[in-house]
This record gives sequence, C-alpha cells and structure tokens, in this order.
Amino acid sequence: MKRNVNIKSMKYEDFNDNEYIEQMLKELRENGTNVIIGCLDDVIEWGRSNSLWPLTFATSCCGIEFMAIGAARYDFARFGFEVARSSPRQADFIMVAGTITHKMAPVLKRLYDQMADPKYVIATGGCAISGGPFKKSYHVVDGVDKIIPVDVYIPGCPPRPEAMLYGLMQLQRKVKAQRFLGGLNKGISEKEYERRLREDTNKVEDYREYDESGMA
Amino acid sequence: MFDFGILTNWIHTQLTSVMSEGLAIFLECVIIGVLLLLLYVIIAIIMIYMERKVCAAFQCRLGPTRVGPWGSVQVICDVFKMLTKEIITIRHSDKFLYNLAPYIVILASVMAFACIPISRGLEILDFNVGVLFFMAASSIGIVGILLAGWSSNSKYSLIGAMRSGAQMISYELSVGLSILTIVVLTDTMQFSEIVMRQADGWFIFKGHIPAVIAFVIYLIAGNAEVNRGPFDLPEAESELTAGYHTEYSGMHFGLFYVAEFVNLFIISSIAATIFLGGWMPLHIPGLDGFNAVMDAIPGFIWFFAKAFFIVWLLMWIKWTFPRLRIDQILTLEWKYLVPIGLLNLLLMVIVVVFKLHF
Amino acid sequence: MDNTIDIKDRIAAMEPSAVWSDAGDGMFRVPVSSFRGLAEKLHNEGFDFLRSLTGIDWGEDGLGCVYHLENTATGENIVLGTADPDRENACLPSVHDLWKGANFNEREAYDFFGIKFIGHPDLRRFFLRDDWKGYPLRKDYDMSLNPLNMENEGNEDMAPSYEMTSDGSYILKRHPLFDDQEYVINIGPQHPATHGVLRFRVSLEGETIKKIDVHSGYIHRGIEKLCESCTYPQTLGFTDRLDYLGAMQNRHALCACIEKAMGLEVSERIQYIRTIMDELQRIDSHLLFIACLCQDMGALEVFFLGFRDREKVLDILEQTTGGRLIQTYNTIGGVQADIHPEFVKKTKEFIRYMRPKLKEYDDIFTGNIIARNRLIGTGVLSREDAISFGATGGTGRASGWACDVRKRHPYAMYGKVDFKEITFTEGDCFARYMVRIKEIEQSLNIIEQLIDNIPDGEYQMKVKPVIKLPAGSWYTAVEGSRGEFGVFLESRGDKSPYRLKFRSTGLPLVSCIDTIARDAKIADLIAIGGTLDYVVPDIDR
Repeated sequence: MKRNVNIKSMKYEDFNDNEYIEQMLKELRENGTNVIIGCLDDVIEWGRSNSLWPLTFATSCCGIEFMAIGAARYDFARFGFEVARSSPRQADFIMVAGTITHKMAPVLKRLYDQMADPKYVIATGGCAISGGPFKKSYHVVDGVDKIIPVDVYIPGCPPRPEAMLYGLMQLQRKVKAQRFLGGLNKGISEKEYERRLREDTNKVEDYREYDESGMA
Repeated sequence: MFDFGILTNWIHTQLTSVMSEGLAIFLECVIIGVLLLLLYVIIAIIMIYMERKVCAAFQCRLGPTRVGPWGSVQVICDVFKMLTKEIITIRHSDKFLYNLAPYIVILASVMAFACIPISRGLEILDFNVGVLFFMAASSIGIVGILLAGWSSNSKYSLIGAMRSGAQMISYELSVGLSILTIVVLTDTMQFSEIVMRQADGWFIFKGHIPAVIAFVIYLIAGNAEVNRGPFDLPEAESELTAGYHTEYSGMHFGLFYVAEFVNLFIISSIAATIFLGGWMPLHIPGLDGFNAVMDAIPGFIWFFAKAFFIVWLLMWIKWTFPRLRIDQILTLEWKYLVPIGLLNLLLMVIVVVFKLHF
Repeated sequence: MDNTIDIKDRIAAMEPSAVWSDAGDGMFRVPVSSFRGLAEKLHNEGFDFLRSLTGIDWGEDGLGCVYHLENTATGENIVLGTADPDRENACLPSVHDLWKGANFNEREAYDFFGIKFIGHPDLRRFFLRDDWKGYPLRKDYDMSLNPLNMENEGNEDMAPSYEMTSDGSYILKRHPLFDDQEYVINIGPQHPATHGVLRFRVSLEGETIKKIDVHSGYIHRGIEKLCESCTYPQTLGFTDRLDYLGAMQNRHALCACIEKAMGLEVSERIQYIRTIMDELQRIDSHLLFIACLCQDMGALEVFFLGFRDREKVLDILEQTTGGRLIQTYNTIGGVQADIHPEFVKKTKEFIRYMRPKLKEYDDIFTGNIIARNRLIGTGVLSREDAISFGATGGTGRASGWACDVRKRHPYAMYGKVDFKEITFTEGDCFARYMVRIKEIEQSLNIIEQLIDNIPDGEYQMKVKPVIKLPAGSWYTAVEGSRGEFGVFLESRGDKSPYRLKFRSTGLPLVSCIDTIARDAKIADLIAIGGTLDYVVPDIDR
C-alpha cells in the first residue's frame, strides 16, 4: 500500500497542493491491492518518477529558461531529467514552454499524440496556462489545457528555474502517486483508451502530405 | 597471472562426470549465454552511468545525484521506465522489419561482445580467425540501422539510415586496415594469442611508429563506426531529431540506446586488447621486480582499466568536438585514413620483414 | 529627419505628385499610380536599404504601406507612404525586385491587411493559416471569424501571384513551389535546431538543399494588434517578449520612440543606465548565440560554458531589474528603478571575469579544425544581398556592411563612447560567428567607459500617467542584439497608438536563408540558421 510520496531532501509539508496528491492516494487505497503487485508497482513508479525525459519543445521565452535548467547552474540532470529527447516517441513529458498560437495548436496536439504512454504535460508560464499577456489576441490559445490534458502548471513569466525544478518535482510526486499496474488513476477505461489509441487523429487520409509535418 | 581456464576446465570435468558430454556442453552453453547477457547488461548500465557523470564533469555540472549514492542507481530507474513505456506501432511502416531492426542491432552487438577476452581463460568465442569473426559480427549492426531507417516510413529516419550506411561501411575499412596492421605484427588472428604475444610489451610499444599510427586511425574509425560524436551523423540530434531511431519508442528505442553504448565499450576494449595488451599487465623486459608487482593485479582489472580509459577518451572527444558534415566524413575516410592506413600496413610489413620491431 | 530639406527638393523634382506631410517625422504621400516609378528612381539613386515596410489601415484613405528607405552610401533617409482607397480590392505595386527584403514584408502586409501586391511572385499568407478568414490588422476585423481550428493544416503547394494585364485588370496565377518528384522534408516547427517554432520545407537532392520554403507564424501572437488597444505604458510590456534576448534594447526603442513623439528629453543618468543595460543584454544574447550555435553543431561542452557565463550577466541584471529574461526595466521617460548599490561593483567584476573567458571560447571552439571546416565558406551572404535583404546586425557586418545603428544614427550615449564597429568581408558562417565574439569585447569596452561616470540625477522623469501623443508618425531604431530593431508609431492623438509596427530583426535574416543555403548540405542549414541568430517570436511578433 502506498504511503505518502516523498521527494529526497525536501519536506512533505514544504510542497503545495498536498491535498491533490492525498486524494490520488486515497483513491488508490480504496480498492486495496495485492501485496506483490503493490510492491512491484512501487518499484516501477519509483523508477518512472526518477527517469522522466523531457521533449525538447519550446516556442518562446520560457524555452530559454528551460535551457537554463538544463545548463550548469540549475542542472536538472541531478533529478534524472537530463536526457532531453528531440523525438516525441522517446520523451516522457512535454514541457509546454511558451505561447501556443492557433497555428501551433494542431501541431502541439499532434506532438502529444505522437508521444508514447505514459506521458505527462507541464504547462510552463503564463502563456501556456492561460494565454498570459496575449490572452486577448486573435491568434493565441488561452491555455494549453484546452487542447491537451495538463498535469502540472508552473506559473511565471517566465518562471524562474527554481520554480521549474519545483514543478518538475511536483510531477515526480504525481507519478509516484499513480499506479502503473491496474490502471486505477487513469481518467478513462482501458477499452476507451485502446479505442482512442487506434483512432486516427488525421482528418485527411492522404498520408503523403501529412507524414511528418507535425513532428518534424 | 591467474588462469580462469583452470576453473572452467574443472567445471567441465565435474559436469562430464555426472552426465554425458553433449549434455554438459549444452548446459555450459546455456550458463555462458546467460552470463554473457548479464555482463552485457551490467556493462551497458555502467557505460550509461559513466557517460552521464563524465559528460557532467566536462560540462561543469553534477550529473545525476538524487537516486542512490551519487546517483548511481539512476540507470536502473531508466531501465524500469523504458520497460514500462509503450511501444508505438507506426501506421504505414513495414511492421516486420520495423520490429526486427532493433534486435538485429543488439544481436550484432552481443556477438561482437562475445569475442572480447576479458581475462586469461575468460574468452567466450576464441578461435583462430577471431579477428575476422569480430569484424563480420560487428558489421551486421549496419543492416539493423538501415532497416530501422527504411521501415519507419519517416524521412528523417531514412536520411539517418543512408548516412549511417555510407559512414559505417566506409569506416569499416579503416578499422579493418588498422587491425590488419597488428595482425601482420603478430601473425595470428586469435584474440587470446594476440594478448599472449604482448607479454613482453604491448603492441603499441613493440610496433612503435606503425602501431601508434594504426592506433590513432583505429580510434578515429572506431568512433565513427559506433556513431559517436563527432561522427554521430546518423542520429545527429540537431539535424535529424533522432536519426534512424526517430520513430522508435519504449524498449525498442532502449535496445538501440543500449547497443550504442555497449558498441562503444566493444570498440574500446578491442583497442585495449590489440594495442594495449588486453588483460596483459604492463611488463618491461629486464625489470623482473616491477613485472612481478604488475602481475599481482588481476587480469580483468587491467582489461577493464584499459578499456574504460579509452572509453573515457572517446567521451571526452564526443562532448568537445563539433559534428562533421557528411561530405567531410567521407573525405576524411577515403582521402586520408584509407591511404594512410594502406601505407601504414606497408610500413608494418617492412618493419616485420626487417625485424625492426622490439 | 536631418536631411529631409535637401531630399524634399529632389523628390519634388522626381515625382511632382508626391505630397510632403509634416506630422511627426514626416513622410511623402505618393499616389499608387506613380509609386512604382518613384521607387525605381530612388533605388537607382542609391536608396538600396529598405529599413522597414509597414502596412497600415488608414480608414477612409484606404489600405496602404509606409516604406522607410535609406541610402547606405550617404546615410540619407526617406519615408514614403502610399495607399489604395479601394478597401475591398486594395492593390499596390510590388517592390520585391528592387529590395529583396520586401518579399516577406509584402507577404506580411498581405496577410494582415489583404493588400494585393501586383507582381509579387509568391503571395501566400505568411503568418496565419492558409484557411484563415479575414485580415486581422484591419480596423474592421471581426475576432469571432476565426475560432481555434484544431484540424491539421494543409500545405499549399501552389503559390499565387497577381499580375496586371494590359487593360488594367488583375489576373491570379499559380505556380508550383515544388515538383512532384522532389524529396521535400520538413524541418520544424518542432525541431531542436530551428531556435523556436520556425518551419522550413526543404527540397533535397541527396543531402544537398535545392530550395527552402520558409513557413512562419507558429508563434505569431498578434502583438501589433494588441498594442492598438493598449495605452502607451501598457504597450511596453509586449516589447520584452518579442525578442526575449534583446528585452532591454527592444523596450529602449519603444520608449525612445514615444519620448521622441512627446518631445521629452531624458536625463543623462537615464541615458547612461540604458546604454549600459543595452550592452549587458547584448553580451547576454551573444553568449547565448555561441552556446546555441555550438550545441547545434554538436559541441555540447561550449553550450554549458556559454550558459555558465550568461548566468553571471543575468545575476547583475536581476539585482537591478528583478527579471532574468523579461526585464521590464525601461519606462517612458526613465527606468523602472534606480540601479542597485552593488551594480557598479558587480559589473566591473564581471568585465574582469569575462575578458579571459573569451579566450576559452577561442581555444575550445574557434580554433577547432572541425568547427573551422564547417563554418568557413558556408552560407556566404554577399554585401549587396545583405543590404537588399536588410539583413542588419552581426549578419550584415559579417558581409562587410557597416550597418550598426549605434554608428549610423547614434542614440543614448553611443555618440560619446569610443568603440569599434566590427566588420568582416567574408560573409560566411565563420565571419558571422567571429563578429559576435568580437562584439562581446566591444560591449565590454563600452561598459567600461561608462560604468565609472554614471552621473547623478533622476532615474525617472516626470511623466503624466495618461500619455497622449500628437497626431503623426515616428520611427526610431536601436541596435538590437541581432540587428536593427525599429519601432514605427502612428498616432492619431489618442492615448493608444493607431498603428504600432516593430521592425523585426529576424525577418530579414530568415528571408535570406533560401538564397544562402542553396546547394549547401542539411548540416550546413543548421550552421547557417545558427549563425544568422534569429529569434522566432521576434520574426512572428
């Protein structure tokens, strides 16, 4: 059975939004679980939470700060985030760093679809969360959560690297509070999931034209 | 120097005393196979961890620190992650080849890995044309990479695969030539024999000028052979996103990833074996006391120390040097390394014929 | 501007129908019918640099464009305005053959205002989707026309162009961009080496590039339209987010433009602080340039060195402004806060620290044989092309064009400090790289000259909370981190601008990429893109 999720060298009370994590854990406890599966699950979640590889994705200002946390002073390699993959197939989470415009929105959705499960989304900065200063623009999406499900929000314009690391740790906590086997914390049923997986997201069938325009 | 052959022979006699010889050999093969794969995985984990720490050190960073002491368990986490990650099937891809490709790459890598003599008596594949077998086995990997690029139905993958085809096949030549130079010196192609001949001095010292040239060529070509920077064109991150494995996810990608690192280790350990004496300790003829002290250190430590030293050297090069362009890579090979390699071979023949070596 | 008196007579001689209007900086209003002829004459006279091309919705006067021209030999400037009163079917003659830089700018004006440029070879939308309805920067644009469309965008492979027939009507022609047999790959919008979300469609033959089609607008945020509904102090916030590596300079340009329109003279202390801040920002940007170029080329170690040193600049900036990337420091008539007590000490420390570090970059990257082989001789941009495209900044200077705004039109303290304008003649990637390295040194020199003599005085002039500018139009340019960053401001006497256009530093840089990257390899494209040093949000605005 899962106890509280802990992050090395940061106290549980120092985190915000503990209620959310507790709610997730409560859901887990309700059904009870097999000891062996539970232990195996703990190991898997421990592994997954410590090896989250980001997709190198940045549209604007926050992208530079994203590079800064990869660089020497902030160094997110310490947490195991370091292997930034350029191919969405190999990434574990996408850090939406920057404004998402109307023209970019289908591309972002496509990138998200191209990622392999389990995958997570972090909305970084005011623009990705709500449209930020450009909310009233004719060409800006007011919040990426309208397009793809968001796991962690990191506010700021742009957020400081420390804030980004905090957000990444929150994501680690969330991953730890999930259950890989049994699919309890998933929002949709296994069948629905399978169906959506097979669903073709391209409206147009002619694949010659659309082959790599999203990812590439 | 402890000979592990005594141990293995003892196991063999024990087994044959309780069962028929055929069964015993079969059993031994299974055990060795399992051990080989285990060692392969351990080497992969060590290599990935080393890569992260070494590159962090070169880049004024810390590298992984959170999981385990100094982040040493980091790679285990990655393995769990990889294993539980979805393997995506691509529409419009050639499914059979697409799924086959990573296994070909890993197969080639394991076969080449089996050739490495780790210590005296710890050779898995050791026969009279071992060098030839090693060359043949390691080049199967190219097929896997080409298949991966072709079957993914992605233009980036295809360009990556074409690059790797052009690059790896070319550099195979230089690797072959520089190994051949040493074969001329030793007149044997058996890895264990090559190591034994270095008892009175490593080949890089014995063969002096031609051996040093061959060593440098081997390092360059070997680095290119395993697609490591500055020759990492097939997966050039900033050009082709991830090159030939762009479309691979989950453990299929993991196999490519692991094979890349173990291939680096294989190339390094072959360099250590044929140029730096493999598990043979440093012997200086005439200094018996010194030689005895060196002999006290077990062979496999010598071997791993040498191999990892070369790995470290290649990592240093990778993280510092910018990437070459495809035409520059081919120019370097065909206009410089191959002619130099051929002349060097000639030079070595002259050295051997006139007994100019030590 | 200074030389308008002399040029006025010449224009009057050339084209009698041109009318001088005096509001603001002043401009010549030319009827559409005679515009093309005048443009040709001016081009032949030596006005070879199109600084800025701005589309404007002039209401009942119709839709038009404002052209800022400069004669690079004599330094003369001239502003032309022309408009077609037919709003439904506005047509202007294209000048893309006179100034190559007009190509993308005209596409932008078509995209925003629906102005058809007759004779333009490729009049597709540039920033917005091909299926976008309406023209967003027109004053009568209806926001509800274009809800979020999540369908994947198709690729329009037929480029439309409008041509005039002998009877005065226009016909629409379409030309294919790529043949069926061409191997076209997509680079971007999500690609590690496009520095943001720029997209190239590249036609390849083997690894050799045959043609590049630039797609932009993936980060088009409609800042210019947003500004029209903001008061002047509110517009300042957007400038920092345009080119986030030139936040200080961008905001400096807008503040200077508004101050010029207000007739406000800022105190010497403010000028000093702004100059020092601009230069610190330039160092920051150039360090990031080196870092990113090296990363793109595979030398990851230098990436970390660049970021290590960049953090030192950010520390200094952060202490005073409170921001790492978005500084929000300049205000109309001053700066947000006085410099931090430790600012002078820390800046001096940084100068001492930085000079030897430059040597380190030289050792590890500049002298590297692979880097030299990759950079020398690739992506050569000739001086004529650089001027014609309007590729300013380090790119232009690497091609031998002394285009530094700090020297051409000195502002703030730049007229009084002693620094060298770095120019090279090769115009290749290596020259572009070297310009930046050397400019870091020059920036350090400038700061060194100023840092000890910051005069006392107020850091913020007295400015009314609601600012109304007189009617007129103004253009102010500063030397941004990657070229001339200009602000064109048209006011109708309101408390918010009628039209605010930012002359992007990156757009001309991207427009020349097709010319210089042809027959190069894919890997060269990455190096060329890296050394051109554009920032995508600055292109898209």
